[in-house]
Amino acid sequence: MIRDFAIVWSERDLLLSGLGNTTILSVLSAIAGLVIAFVLTPALMSKRRGLALTVRVFVDGMRCVPFLLFAYIVYYGLPSFGIRLDNWSSGLVALTVYHAAYLAEILRGAWAAQPREPIEAGVAFGFSGPRLFRRIILPPLLLAAGPVIGNQMIQIVKDSAFLTIIALPELTHAASSIQSRHYVPFAAFITAVVLYWGLCLVIEAGVSGIDRLAAARR
Amino acid sequence: MSAADVLAILQGAVVTVTLSLVGILIGLPIGLGLALLRWANIPFIARAVAIYVSVLRATPLVTLLLLLFFALPNIGVAIGPVSAAILALVMNTSAFNCEVWRAALMNFPKEQYEAAQSVGMHASLRFRRIVLPQIVRVSLPGLVNEMSLLIKVTPVLAVVGVVDITRAAVRIGAETYEPLPPFLVAIAMYAPIVFALVSLQRFIERRQLAAEAA
Repeated sequence: MIRDFAIVWSERDLLLSGLGNTTILSVLSAIAGLVIAFVLTPALMSKRRGLALTVRVFVDGMRCVPFLLFAYIVYYGLPSFGIRLDNWSSGLVALTVYHAAYLAEILRGAWAAQPREPIEAGVAFGFSGPRLFRRIILPPLLLAAGPVIGNQMIQIVKDSAFLTIIALPELTHAASSIQSRHYVPFAAFITAVVLYWGLCLVIEAGVSGIDRLAAARR
Repeated sequence: MSAADVLAILQGAVVTVTLSLVGILIGLPIGLGLALLRWANIPFIARAVAIYVSVLRATPLVTLLLLLFFALPNIGVAIGPVSAAILALVMNTSAFNCEVWRAALMNFPKEQYEAAQSVGMHASLRFRRIVLPQIVRVSLPGLVNEMSLLIKVTPVLAVVGVVDITRAAVRIGAETYEPLPPFLVAIAMYAPIVFALVSLQRFIERRQLAAEAA
């Protein structure tokens, strides 16, 4: 058993690059997903029925489709429309678009629960447009939605593992290639599990940091 | 894509639903058991359960499945794809269920428990008659939510060779060189299942809200 872990240790570069790729994928798609969600959320709450309905169908649709299947469609299905993406771009696109829908729904919930008064006070003080959004609406919104967004980040990290099936060299893919080369399944995958756990603990620590900040501002 | 192909995906749907149901039915009581172990605050065991739940919640199902499927035979436990799939689903869902049950247990009003003690109910009767019926009601939306999440991770089972919706669709796509149609059929099978569960969750939440208001 110790020998197995020694083999995994000797392949640490591969595992670390897998961990790095998982982190990069998750962070990039979380940021891009949040940006898209900030466009989708006002559309979800828009008074124009057609627009609101279209976005609602997209968001609810994504929430009914398994991520793995969505990743398959982006990677294998899009070429039917003449769009050919390599595994990195299709993985990133799949993660981003899929989780943007979830994030939009999270933001909508938090936005709807925000008190109206500060926003109206902001308008009364002459804030409008992007400045009103950035200074008055955004900060309390992010603080309120922080924990749920953190949960979604953990979900993104876990979903990124599915991308191993389109041969994206992330953490699970690294563990499986070590296991197939040296036949040390337990050591290889348990190491991957521990690394995923560590990643999620980091996210949870970040979330509780935001929570403390929110409590201090209240 | 022929009618036989659609039928093959439909057979995959039966496998997906069966495995999910088995996972849910075994995972629910195990989750409750784990939550009770934590709730009872047994010194060493409660800590171990907390770590188990934390690790399992952070582990992607693919990684867990590959670990079980490849490592268990290595230490002399023979395991097929289907048993590995069920074991992985149960481990995964029981960890999430544990958190839902635990939240309900922590919010359980202490007075009721003490009242039951004072009229002389013993521990198991107290749990069966007073605690369980109420925490089931509180946990129900969370548990149904977890079920819809479980359905959404089942495509992973295809990775070790379980012929579910996804694997059937991938095979047909590879045979016909037209991957899109079978994937769309596959989505048409997943979506109603997940949608039904999400609607059930909303229905339960609305009914409970109405009951509270009345």
